[in-house]
Amino acid sequence: MPRLFIRKYLNNLYVAYLTAGLFLLLSIILGISIGTVGVSVPTLLKVFLVKIFGFLPENEIDPMYISIVMDIRLPRVILSGLVGAALAIAGAAFQGLLRNPLADPYTLGVSSGASVGAVFTLFLQLSLPFIESFTLPLVSILCSFITIFFVLAFARKIDRSMRVETIILTGIIFSSFLGALISLMIALTGDELRQIIGWLLGSVSMRGWEYIKMILPFFILGSGILFFNAKELNAMSFGEERAQHLGVNVQKRKLVVLTAGSILTGASVSVSGTIGFVGLVIPHLVRIIWGPDHKHLLPLSVLIGGGFLILADLVSRTIISPTELPIGVITALIGAPVFGVILIERKRTERRG
Amino acid sequence: MLNLKHVSGGYSGENVVKDVSFAVEKGELFGILGPNGSGKTTLLKMISGVLPIQSGEILIGGKKLQDYSQKQLAQKVAVLSQHSAESFSYTVKETVALGRYAHQKGIFQTWSKQDEAVVQRVMEQVGVGAFQDKNIQALSGGEKQRVFLAQALAQEPEILLLDEPTNHLDLSYQKELLDLLIHWTTENKLTVISIFHDLNLAGLYCSRLLLLEKGTIHIQHVPAEVLKEERIREVYQTSIQQQPHPTVAAPQMVLLPDFQRKNSPIEINESMLSVTPELITLKSPVYLRTMSSGVIGSGTGWHRTFVNRHVDKNYNCSDPIQEMAGFLRSKGYEPADTVGMMTAVYLEDVVFKGIAGEGFSIFVAVTAGVGNAIDVSQSEAHTYRLVPGTINTWIFVNGELTDAAFIQSIMTATEAKAKAMTDLKVADTMTGTIATGTSTDSILVAAAQAGRKLDFAGTITPLGKLIGKGVYECTSAAIQKSLKRKSLCF
Repeated sequence: MPRLFIRKYLNNLYVAYLTAGLFLLLSIILGISIGTVGVSVPTLLKVFLVKIFGFLPENEIDPMYISIVMDIRLPRVILSGLVGAALAIAGAAFQGLLRNPLADPYTLGVSSGASVGAVFTLFLQLSLPFIESFTLPLVSILCSFITIFFVLAFARKIDRSMRVETIILTGIIFSSFLGALISLMIALTGDELRQIIGWLLGSVSMRGWEYIKMILPFFILGSGILFFNAKELNAMSFGEERAQHLGVNVQKRKLVVLTAGSILTGASVSVSGTIGFVGLVIPHLVRIIWGPDHKHLLPLSVLIGGGFLILADLVSRTIISPTELPIGVITALIGAPVFGVILIERKRTERRG
Repeated sequence: MLNLKHVSGGYSGENVVKDVSFAVEKGELFGILGPNGSGKTTLLKMISGVLPIQSGEILIGGKKLQDYSQKQLAQKVAVLSQHSAESFSYTVKETVALGRYAHQKGIFQTWSKQDEAVVQRVMEQVGVGAFQDKNIQALSGGEKQRVFLAQALAQEPEILLLDEPTNHLDLSYQKELLDLLIHWTTENKLTVISIFHDLNLAGLYCSRLLLLEKGTIHIQHVPAEVLKEERIREVYQTSIQQQPHPTVAAPQMVLLPDFQRKNSPIEINESMLSVTPELITLKSPVYLRTMSSGVIGSGTGWHRTFVNRHVDKNYNCSDPIQEMAGFLRSKGYEPADTVGMMTAVYLEDVVFKGIAGEGFSIFVAVTAGVGNAIDVSQSEAHTYRLVPGTINTWIFVNGELTDAAFIQSIMTATEAKAKAMTDLKVADTMTGTIATGTSTDSILVAAAQAGRKLDFAGTITPLGKLIGKGVYECTSAAIQKSLKRKSLCF
């Protein structure tokens, strides 16, 4: 049982958080250093000392590096980290709630719902009074929320026991339908097709600090809510009835978790488009290594998810440089096979009884 | 502790459970029975608060169910359901620890020393402590069930609701679980309400039972009253028979399979009998219901080989049952299928006779020797000594006998034997009075349980008349033969 051994060895919580934290840190450093213009680690440190801590005078280093790090790479890394973290924790929460290791914002169709909202806002140039720049994420969040409720209601109608496959199938139906809706909207607006499609496949390039400000409050809110519902998620992953017997107010907690998941998904999609499978792969990996307890699964998913998307973004912009691949291509290339493997594993354990 | 008043409810407007009222006292083990679809699980779900009630009220500890918050309810009532789904590989301890959810306070819900102590205690109690770090997905069905029981107990509830707790468990775990439950009800005053499919388990363990039929209460009473043959037959619509438990005062139900009834009535007669100096054997083509006092196969049972074995007058063995079983095996008979007797008399002197009655018949075979004839009224004068029987009486009835008929058959046969002794003036050698039998007589009554139903076998009933006549005649003839052989010897 090598898996058990790994789990035992790494089970020490300090080791777990240390490992995950180092992984994130390493991803950040790599993400900032590597690119068409390389930034060495000492240079990177100097830029930080200058710009963030103000220890060194600005003339110590080439302003080009400052510009690359502060205006291009850092916001990009932070944004991809936040998006990855948000999608991973949302995926972990959906999986626990639905007792379904295949659930994630993408497979459930929630990302598509958020995209509809985002495309709608972007191409109508909507800006609601008072909330202004938050119009985009808020509309996306609202659309995510509506979508998840339709998906779950529809799945329950098909099969009261809400089997894994039923929910995923429902997600596919909704994704297809919403995807068509997006295409329709794009066709009607006509221009800038390439850019839209690039956005739809997911990208964190050229977003700048503006977008970080847009997602950060929602990220904090959504993951905060989920952290406080870790125990309830543990209980609910044994089934809603079981959770209720254990004393969980299932109706209320379910709504809270779905809301938080929608907030995280909607906010991510509004800043980066639909990036699939992060919420599927990361919680699965974390569960294998550190076990399914949501108290640690959620924060560890945040750390690993953030690091993972930073690395995915790094690959997407360097692999066929100078052309950039949409980041969603990379995550799908990794995620779809993992999806298949989980499905096979699941079927095997089911057969074993 | 728990009080239901005119409770109705079900799914989407349709009432599965209608107007159910009952009360369960603290420390009771209360069983809910009923056929599939009678509303047992629905009722349990309403008590556990998962399913809303349409009308009536449920009181727990005198307080309305609706007035409890989910957490407060979980501190009072724990549930062990039939199916337990676990999608992720939690460890046993993590699973059990979830039972403490309702007791943890504050937003951070810290794990206290008391929580840890309770979890360790319940894991020990149900015997899962040894594998607390194991993954629950790797456990067997029975082990999983115990883990979830530990989880329910970690809630430290006052009421435990169980939905067919023994469903996935093998025999030994079923017994273990129910013994544990009984222990908790008596020691810790835990109130247990459980659904049972197994009527016999329910009858054995529950103090009271509730029988549901189509969503309403058919009866609630003590097991002996609820588990009545006719009642269960009617509610479950199947053929069953009630029997007493051999060691515990509890009724037991047995199913009557349909295929057995198609057996054509067979007739036991002398053609099935074989006599050698060593053995008298009767082989029946079917199993016969027997009541006997043989060395092997005594008491009641089903047998199809009947052996009367000649042994020496001085036969003495510390374990005659074991010796007899070995002997039967050496002759090719399966001891489990056999009623075996012993006698010191010459087997060639056996007297047998078939007599036909109206719609039934009997076949009697007797071997007799009166060497140690005893007057039962003077038996205090004798010391007890177990020696092979000297009057062995076999009665085969080709008919269906009730238990009462079996017992009366033995009485009638005994009276007939005593009368034969009297008429032949066989005396008790020690007291000089007329003997009523010998000190070690054995009897066998065997019935095919097919054909005419015979409820009684008193001396003037149709069966009793045949037995009286048959046994009297056979015993008289057998004693005369034995006496004749004795006089020839001297």
